[in-house]
Amino acid sequence: MNGANQSAWQEMPDEQRQGAEMGPSRENVLQSEHGEWLRACELAALPEQAGRSAWLGGRALALFRLGERVYALDDLDPLAGVAVLSRGLVGDCGGEPVVASPLYKQRYALADGRCLDDPALKVACWPVMQSAGEVWVLLG
Amino acid sequence: MANKEKLLVVGKGMDDEMDHHFVDSPERGEKQRLLVIGNGMVGHHFVEQLVAAGGLNRFEVTVFGAEPDSAYDRVHLSEVFGGKAPEVLQLADPAWYEAQGIRLRLGAEVEALDRATHTLTLADGERFPYDRLVLATGSVPFVPPIPGHQREGCFVYRTLGDLAAIRDACAQARSGVVIGGGLLGLEAANALRLLGLKTQVVEFAPRLMPVQLDDNGGAVLRDKIRALGVEVLVEKATECIEDGELARQRLRFKDGSHLETDVILFSAGIRPADGLARQSGLSVGERGGICIDEGCHSSDPAILAIGECALWQGRIFGLVAPGYQMARAAVASLCGGESRFAGADMSTKLKLMGVDVGSIGDAHASTAGAQELLLLDRVNGIYKKLVTDGEGSRLLGAILVGDGADYERLLQYYQNGVTLPQPPLSLLVGEAGGAPAPLVLPDSAILCSCHNVSKGAVVAAVKAGNHELAAVKSCTRAGTGCGGCSNLLKQVVEQTLADLGVEADKGLCEHFAHSRQELYHLARVGELKSFEALRDKHGKGLGCDICKPTVASILASLWNEHVLEKPHRSLQDTNDAFLANLQKDGTYSVVPRIPGGEITPDGLITIGEVARKYGLYTKITGGQRIDLFGARRDQLPAIWGELVAAGFETGQAYGKSVRTVKSCVGSTWCRYGVQDSMTLTQTLEHRYKGLRAPHKLKFAVSGCTRECAEAQSKDIGVIATERGWNLYVCGNGGMRPRHADLFAIDLDEQTLIRYIDRLLMFYVRTGDRLQRTSVWMESMEGGLDYLKSVIIEDRLGIGAELEAMMNGIVGSWQCEWKSTLADPDKLKLFEAFVNQPEGSTPPRREERGQWVPDIAIKEVI
Repeated sequence: MNGANQSAWQEMPDEQRQGAEMGPSRENVLQSEHGEWLRACELAALPEQAGRSAWLGGRALALFRLGERVYALDDLDPLAGVAVLSRGLVGDCGGEPVVASPLYKQRYALADGRCLDDPALKVACWPVMQSAGEVWVLLG
Repeated sequence: MANKEKLLVVGKGMDDEMDHHFVDSPERGEKQRLLVIGNGMVGHHFVEQLVAAGGLNRFEVTVFGAEPDSAYDRVHLSEVFGGKAPEVLQLADPAWYEAQGIRLRLGAEVEALDRATHTLTLADGERFPYDRLVLATGSVPFVPPIPGHQREGCFVYRTLGDLAAIRDACAQARSGVVIGGGLLGLEAANALRLLGLKTQVVEFAPRLMPVQLDDNGGAVLRDKIRALGVEVLVEKATECIEDGELARQRLRFKDGSHLETDVILFSAGIRPADGLARQSGLSVGERGGICIDEGCHSSDPAILAIGECALWQGRIFGLVAPGYQMARAAVASLCGGESRFAGADMSTKLKLMGVDVGSIGDAHASTAGAQELLLLDRVNGIYKKLVTDGEGSRLLGAILVGDGADYERLLQYYQNGVTLPQPPLSLLVGEAGGAPAPLVLPDSAILCSCHNVSKGAVVAAVKAGNHELAAVKSCTRAGTGCGGCSNLLKQVVEQTLADLGVEADKGLCEHFAHSRQELYHLARVGELKSFEALRDKHGKGLGCDICKPTVASILASLWNEHVLEKPHRSLQDTNDAFLANLQKDGTYSVVPRIPGGEITPDGLITIGEVARKYGLYTKITGGQRIDLFGARRDQLPAIWGELVAAGFETGQAYGKSVRTVKSCVGSTWCRYGVQDSMTLTQTLEHRYKGLRAPHKLKFAVSGCTRECAEAQSKDIGVIATERGWNLYVCGNGGMRPRHADLFAIDLDEQTLIRYIDRLLMFYVRTGDRLQRTSVWMESMEGGLDYLKSVIIEDRLGIGAELEAMMNGIVGSWQCEWKSTLADPDKLKLFEAFVNQPEGSTPPRREERGQWVPDIAIKEVI
């Protein structure tokens, strides 16, 4: 049991399911030596001390905002195979920021996506940067 | 298994005559035929113990019950009139017998016992051979042979059948008399009272419960019972019963006075049912009872006798606990084992019409040199008496009336000969005189007499790592019988933990070292209205999925602001955050409020149309509402837009809050209904809807004692009576079902609402996180009685304050969906993605004409 279940269902916009995938417009992409940064949203659109999902690069991400810091994890709950992690409660475990899955309550570290309750579980996570009040994610 | 079942169903006969129902079967081998006559409480306990001891490997068992019902709890018979369904009293499930391979023949009257041929004959002529026989035939009520005792309208009170006959007779009656003021007589009087009759008790002796109580105790009990509307006449010998002038019967007393009434119940004692023993020549006592030895053998070693039909050293034991001890001794005699019957303590504690009565050991101080210590408080209706030895160092007996809290403690002093604290008076005055010295029991002391669990066993269980009371209960079974030992059990567990140096951690989580109750007070007193404010002052860190929703619930019940207001939203579990219930595929279910299940055809059509439009799966809930499954979060606002427009409001099925008030149609439609349960349901549901609490809260209202709304399985249950409403509290269904306790009777609507207001606010203020009302009450010191004293008698003087708080919450109710729909900021968060409003529906498959999730969870924790 590791990583996301590839066959699992992900929440995604209808037009993209139907195959009409739109290429990201140029102003939403930033090239860098590590890869492409994709623009997710304005920082102000993210609620404080909570999660919000974003549709980026053909997948559902879970963005978490703690003060000015934003984390990006895969929204897919690896156990349930459904995109719900962004709807979990954010908090800390011994000072380490975590999100608890709303379905079965496992806690995942926001910094690296590892599961604190089951070492066999992990979710993918990606670097986040902010520029001019906007949130960008490096989807390697 | 198959073999065994076949064997036990067909059995094996010894003579040809039996072959029509005993087919020869080789596997029966050396198994002996054990017949048990009687399926009462003791007979059933015997079978349970036999099964537990592996007796089914040795015996092929057949049980005969004369009553049409399998064993039930006779001790609590009057509760059937308090609204309990008779099934609730059932102890023995015929299906259990069947599963064990035990034949249970109900309605089977055994007519003859032939010891020479080892054969029983039933009333219908059917015959059964036995190798061993157990007589658990119990007793029959004693009816004094006064002229007129067989008149119509005269009853005894022992079986469910008696109860049904009494109920029928009472439907046409206004008044009833119980002849006999002993333990059972008072139970019977309670039954009449619950049936709505003007009730009187007539006792021959100079006081009530003459065996267990002295004059003071009898007088205090009489005061209390009179205050409940039951008249008590003592020192009255009935001479005859004849036609009355104003009522159907007239009781004429020896002193020349008389009393008129419609219904008469005899409860003048019991006689052992020893007819079969007499007829077959077993030795019986002079005044009845089958003589037994310490192994419960009768004078015929093949035959054992247990329970009220048995006579041990010239004594009949008319209580359940000694009967159970005999059952265990009989099992030991049959299967091997240590247990012997060596007499039993007749100490007893019970609640008669809500009045605690306890009697221990030598209550009448008949031991030579015995001394008495008395506390008599006629104002508050409390009487306590200790009987000690001449030095005042050992307890010989005790009487408690009106306050039974000390019973277990005193019983332990008595049973274990523990040296009394000095002065012994400190045991009587309790709190006022400072806490009495802690009780030190020997390890051999029996804490739980129902399951025979010693203090040593409990201590060992705690030391083995069971630090929670619940864990100790489930591994030792202590406290899972009558529950009478629960306070003592808790003390022993806590004391053992303290000895081990384990401190019970009451902190909520790593972020708060306070319990929910403490946080509630801190928030209230400090007027802290946000998680951050509370955390900055009393906690640390970012919080977690435990403390955040807990604080959210506290803030909601204190200040009642919208749960999706900015500072509160990030505290909510997903259900509260999206005002819907998360399902396994990430979609939500939607429950509109349908108070009491009352819905118009137009309302039904609206719900149907919404479900059809959004492809939702629909199901009727246990709370008489309709649950619509499979809504994506981005669809929720549109769905609710349509529901709100049609006049629906949120059902708050997502919250740890008041859910539904379940109801029957009551007197509006039902020909049995005695009150308008539908209107009361509407009032209650609208009053308490949305109240945030430590756990969900369920209500029900039944319009008559038939209890169609199942109110006794709810946190708040209301059952109509002829004179008003009976209030039941702290029941629940779910994982560990618990019946609600009768809290107050015959209330008018105003008083009912006042009590519920106080009780709910008290729960909201003092309940622990995710603690249901049942556990909340059980964990309170003093339990139900304490709760009554706080709510009904306003012992803490906080009644008015609790009511005012509830009124504040009732006044500030808002439909969370209606206000959410009017607020674009809140609606924004329902969009599927921060950068894209719409999501898509997860995979579905069709099942029985509806859409259901087509997703496999890898592993459910």
